[in-house]
Amino acid sequence: MKNRSGTFYLLMVPVLLWLVMLIVIPHLDMFFRSFQFENDDGSMVFSLNNYLSFFEDSIYWVTFVKTALYSIGVTFLAFVVTFPVAFYLTKVVAKKYSSFMVLLLLIPIWIGELVTIYGWMILLSDNGVINNFLIQIGLIDTPIVMLYTNFSMTIGLLYMSMLFMIIPMMSALESLDDSLIEAASDLGATKWTIFRQIIIPYTTPGIASGGIIVFMLVIGDYIAPNILGGKSSLWFTEQIYNKFLATFNWNEGAAFGFLLLLLSSAIIWLALRLTGQKLEKVGS
Amino acid sequence: MSNVLEIKNVTKKFGDFTAVDSVSFDVEDGGFFSILGGSGCGKTTLLRMIAGFEKETEGELLIRGESMKGIPPEKRAVNIVFQNLALFPMMNVEKNVAFGLQRQKIAKPEVQNRVTEMLERVGLIGFEKKNVDDLSGGQRQRVAIARSLVLRPSILLLDEPLGALDRKLREHMKIELKVLQKEIGTTFIYITHDQSEALVMSDKVAVMNEGRFEQLDTPKNLYKNPATSFVAGFVGESNEFDVVNYANGELTTKNGCKLTKPILDFQPRKLFMRPEAFILNPTEDLVDIERISMKIRAILFDGSNSKISAIIKQSNDDVLLSLPQNAQFEALKEGDDLKVGIHHDDLKCYRD
Ligand SMILES: Nc1ncnc2c1ncn2[C@@H]1O[C@H](COP(=O)(O)OP(=O)(O)O)[C@@H](O)[C@H]1O
Ligand SMILES: [Mg+2]
Repeated sequence: MKNRSGTFYLLMVPVLLWLVMLIVIPHLDMFFRSFQFENDDGSMVFSLNNYLSFFEDSIYWVTFVKTALYSIGVTFLAFVVTFPVAFYLTKVVAKKYSSFMVLLLLIPIWIGELVTIYGWMILLSDNGVINNFLIQIGLIDTPIVMLYTNFSMTIGLLYMSMLFMIIPMMSALESLDDSLIEAASDLGATKWTIFRQIIIPYTTPGIASGGIIVFMLVIGDYIAPNILGGKSSLWFTEQIYNKFLATFNWNEGAAFGFLLLLLSSAIIWLALRLTGQKLEKVGS
Repeated sequence: MSNVLEIKNVTKKFGDFTAVDSVSFDVEDGGFFSILGGSGCGKTTLLRMIAGFEKETEGELLIRGESMKGIPPEKRAVNIVFQNLALFPMMNVEKNVAFGLQRQKIAKPEVQNRVTEMLERVGLIGFEKKNVDDLSGGQRQRVAIARSLVLRPSILLLDEPLGALDRKLREHMKIELKVLQKEIGTTFIYITHDQSEALVMSDKVAVMNEGRFEQLDTPKNLYKNPATSFVAGFVGESNEFDVVNYANGELTTKNGCKLTKPILDFQPRKLFMRPEAFILNPTEDLVDIERISMKIRAILFDGSNSKISAIIKQSNDDVLLSLPQNAQFEALKEGDDLKVGIHHDDLKCYRD
């Protein structure tokens, strides 16, 4: 379209305002801040010191790598856990029931992350529901430590992000014509071949967009690692939080924030390259 | 000739609804077999049972003498061309056609050879690397057929494959399919609601109605001697009349037209007369002819398919007559009186 009307530009105003005020300005501010360093005499100078401090202490490195690996892991787990559910809801269950079940899936989001996390604490703690049950039926004598471990953190991250995987996957599966599956089996394909050669390639854009959302939610989450992961959780957002609010070193915090942004962008770019996806296609 | 498929009293129920109602028939090896019927009569359901996608509620299916009970689709020596073709959009033409072969333990060069041979046969050489979404309707059709035929099935099932094509292409594909079937000799079971497709292509046609077979016959017999009033009305064009009385070799239609029809051993309720069975201005020496006086209401010009819309003077019944496009009848026009004859055998009478 060439001749855009005045209304079009008028309608663009809130969008642009939102982008500039809430995204561009704070990020620019952070960006400049991350290169500022307080000299011995108290004056601010341009420097790379904030970024260099990341390399000084190995704890930052370890946390950084762990956050990346766990985020990838949780994203993969989210796919493994939700794919059968998405398939069941779109291809097996009758339509009238499936929309109701999708509504049920929304409940954790509706209640909020914090409350669901306390729910998991009740389930996972040493004298919580699961341990009590296992002791009652005589499977174990002493409680298994589940809370404040990487295990409980993973569960929390998975639980709060799963839905964002399932929705795009369901819409991809919905558009998959059942006769493609039948045609493949008619041509002699086993269930596994149909899954690998027909269903997965067909739903890859959906999986990729779900994966990106889950990955970004997880890598940037603070609540689940902090509460469910306990002291040992070592999540990079906690390091950033500490810089800002524990040591009040905003400049270093800003630098760390940018490192995290760089990390997540790099991983998503790599993942898209490896699966041969185009960002435009994934976004649609 | 041996039977490649035997269907014995097969019934399919969806809940209380009976989609296929105790159908039995045999299909000879190497033939072109069509199932013709209106939409919703159970054709697809029957085909899906043969392919193994639906389980018969009752009865038995045998392919080459072997019972198909409990045999899944991927293990049956039949392949299906779906109504919507169901080509794999994530694969190119070549990969679509190779898909089935790759599922078997066949060496790569052999797969490649058979794919190329099949693409050559259906005229798709040069399109190997094309995405299936970039092909025309007729080409997509051929990919779907090639994808199934390359597996050399005992039977190829086709579910209204020409339905989505435009008229011209459909006429062309009709001939192409028939020739292809004769060349490769695979048994085709073809379902359609288009009688012309069934009549033109098939060796045998079964006419299906409400889950049952009305008649199974050669196209010519089906047309010449419909076994039931449904077939008489469904296959080809026909003038249909309700018969209220039959006595002493004379029929009386609802509107009071009296026609001679010798020796019927039952009480007819329906009478059918094909438009082309009428002889315009019959000579006096023709025998066994029923002579009817008519008046022309309109000339319906449609090239070789032109018709006269007339009324029978005796009863005011409407009839359609074929109008040959030749000099003899050039002068006929609206309002003219017309003498018409019809052979007694062409008065087709049915019990219901
Ligand atoms: N899976 C199904 N569940 C319930 N009814 C069905 C199902 N499949 C087909 N039918 C019904 O069976 C009848 C025959 O369908 P179908 O075999 O598709 O007809 P055709 O192919 O001759 O048009 C239709 O009335 C249809 O509604
Ligand atoms: Mg059908």
